[in-house]
Amino acid sequence: MIWNEQAECGSVRDRRAMQLERLQWSVRHAYEHCAPYRAKMIAAGVSPDDVRTLKDIEKLPFTTKQDLRDNYPYGMFAVDMEKVVRIQGTSGTTGKLTLVGYTERDLDNWAECMARTSASAGLTPKSIVQISYGYGLFTGGLGMHGGAEKMGCTVIPISAGNTERQIMLMRDLGVEALACTPSYAMHLAEMIEKMGLDRSEFRLKYGVLGAEPCSEAFRREIERRLGICVTDIYGLCELTGPGVAYECAEQQGMHINEDLFYPEIIDPETGRVLPEGETGEIVFTSLQKEAFPVIRYRTRDLTSLTSEPCACGRTTRRMSKVLGRSDDMIIVRGVNVFPTQIETILMEMGEIAPVYMLVVDRKSNMDTLEVQIEVSQKLFGDTVKHIEELVNHIGERIRTRLGVSATVTLVEPGSLPRSEGKAKRVTDRRKI
Amino acid sequence: MFIKQLSVFLENKKGRLASLASVMARNGIDLYALSIADTTNFGILRALTNDTDKAARILREEGFMVNTTEVIAAEVDDRPGGLAKVLDVLDAGGIGVEYLYSFVRNPSDSALILFRVSDTEAAFKALTEAGVRLIGLDELSKK
Repeated sequence: MIWNEQAECGSVRDRRAMQLERLQWSVRHAYEHCAPYRAKMIAAGVSPDDVRTLKDIEKLPFTTKQDLRDNYPYGMFAVDMEKVVRIQGTSGTTGKLTLVGYTERDLDNWAECMARTSASAGLTPKSIVQISYGYGLFTGGLGMHGGAEKMGCTVIPISAGNTERQIMLMRDLGVEALACTPSYAMHLAEMIEKMGLDRSEFRLKYGVLGAEPCSEAFRREIERRLGICVTDIYGLCELTGPGVAYECAEQQGMHINEDLFYPEIIDPETGRVLPEGETGEIVFTSLQKEAFPVIRYRTRDLTSLTSEPCACGRTTRRMSKVLGRSDDMIIVRGVNVFPTQIETILMEMGEIAPVYMLVVDRKSNMDTLEVQIEVSQKLFGDTVKHIEELVNHIGERIRTRLGVSATVTLVEPGSLPRSEGKAKRVTDRRKI
Repeated sequence: MFIKQLSVFLENKKGRLASLASVMARNGIDLYALSIADTTNFGILRALTNDTDKAARILREEGFMVNTTEVIAAEVDDRPGGLAKVLDVLDAGGIGVEYLYSFVRNPSDSALILFRVSDTEAAFKALTEAGVRLIGLDELSKK
C-alpha cells in the first residue's frame, strides 16, 4: 500500500522543483535563526542567496556530529522554545548526549514519514502493531508509534524488554506486525522456540526492523524463523529519527522521503560529491524541519544512491542497505572493519544467528583484534581437532576477506552480552 | 553396541566445571566415567551417565553447549597388554582413534576403554571378530 501517492510516486521533475524551493527556505531558516549555521556559512563565504539550483548545495559547509556536541543543548535549535514540543536524543559513544527538538509540525512530518514506512512494510489501518523499540529519548519507539497511530493501526507500545511478556502479548492479541531492532527480533524468535510455542499460534506477518546494520542473510533468517516479511528503515535522530528512508516489498534499497530530506553521497575523505551509484557517505539536508534544521549533515553511514525506477511504483531515489556506521566501524592497524563483515562470514559457514563480539585492544603499540563467537550446536564438534580447525578456518577467512588478522575465540552460549535495543558488537579497549 | 556419550563445551573460566557438576547432582545424574580434554582457551568434557538424553536436555536448559557422540566401550583385561591388544586390532583394521579414556568401576573388574574412532561401524566389526567384548550402557548401569 502507498500512503502518499503524490509525495512517493509523483514526477521527478515536480519533485526537483519543490526540493529547490524547500532547500532555499531551509538554508535561509537555518542562517537566520541558528547562529552556528550562520557563522559557518559566513566563514565559508556563502549566503542563502547563493543557493539558486539544487547543485548549489555543494557550496554549503557540512555539519558534523561535533557541531551538535559543541552547541549542546540548545545551540542548534532554530525556533523559540515555546514552539518546541518534544526533545529526543541519542547517547553518543563519548558519553555526551545529542539532543534534538521538534515543533508540532516537525512531529507531524515525522509521523507522515513513518506512516509511509508502515504502509510500505505492509501495514494497514487494521493491523495490530507491537512496538518493541525502546521508548524514551531514543527515537525508535516514539517514531514508530507516531507513524502507526497516524495510519490508524492498533498500537501496542510495549517498548523493549521483558521478552516473555512480549511473546505472550504477541500471541494473545494476534499481533500482525513487529517493530524492533533485527537483533531483538532474532532474540524473540529464539525465545519463542525455547518456550516451545508453535508459529501457528501467532499471526505475525510483517517486521519493520531497523536502527542497526543487519546483513541480508540475517534478515532472511529472521524472516524464516518468524515467518514474516522484513523491511528495513533508515533514520537517525539528528535528522528526525526512523523514517528518513524505508524499504518497500521489493526489498531493493530504501526509498528516501525526498520531499523532506535531500540526499547526497560524498567521498568521506575529500568531501567531494560522488556520482550516482558510487558508494560513499550519505549526507542529508532537511527541507522542512523547523526546530532543528540540518544542512548537509554528515551521517557517517556508507551507502549508495540509485534513481532507477522501482517496481513498487515509487519514484523517489533509493539508498542501498547501509554497509556500516562509523560508530561500529573500527580501524584495526589501519584497516576499516565492520562487524557485519564478520557476521556475513559466519553465516556463510552455515551459522544461523551468530552471536559475536569484536574486541579491539592495543598491546605494545600494536592493535589486536579478537573475535569472540558463541559456540553453537553447528560449530561444536566433540574433538579438540574439530574445534581448532574451525577456529583456524574462521581466522583465515577473516584474514583474507578483511585483510586483517584476528584471534578467534569460541565462548559458551549466552556468555556475550545481549541487548534489548541495539546489539553491541564491538568493545574497544584501546587507550589512545 | 555403541554408547551415547555426552560432550560439553567449557570455556576456561573459573567455576564452570563446578556449576556443571552441581547441575548434574541436582538432577540425579549418575556419572559413570569422565574425561576432560583441555586447551588454552576451552575444554571439552566427555562423560558417560545413567541417562544421556536427560543430562543433555538439562544441561542445554542451563545454557551449556552439549553434543552427544557415539563411542565404543571395550572390556580389556586389567593387566599389562590389555590395551595394546585392542589397539592392535583397530590398527590392523586401519581404524584411527580420535581419543580414548578408560575407567574401572570396581577394583576386581576388568578395565573399560572408551573409544571415539574414525569409523565406528568398522571398529565394532573388527573388535567383535577379534573376540573383544563390547559393553552397552545397560550393562554399565548394572555394574
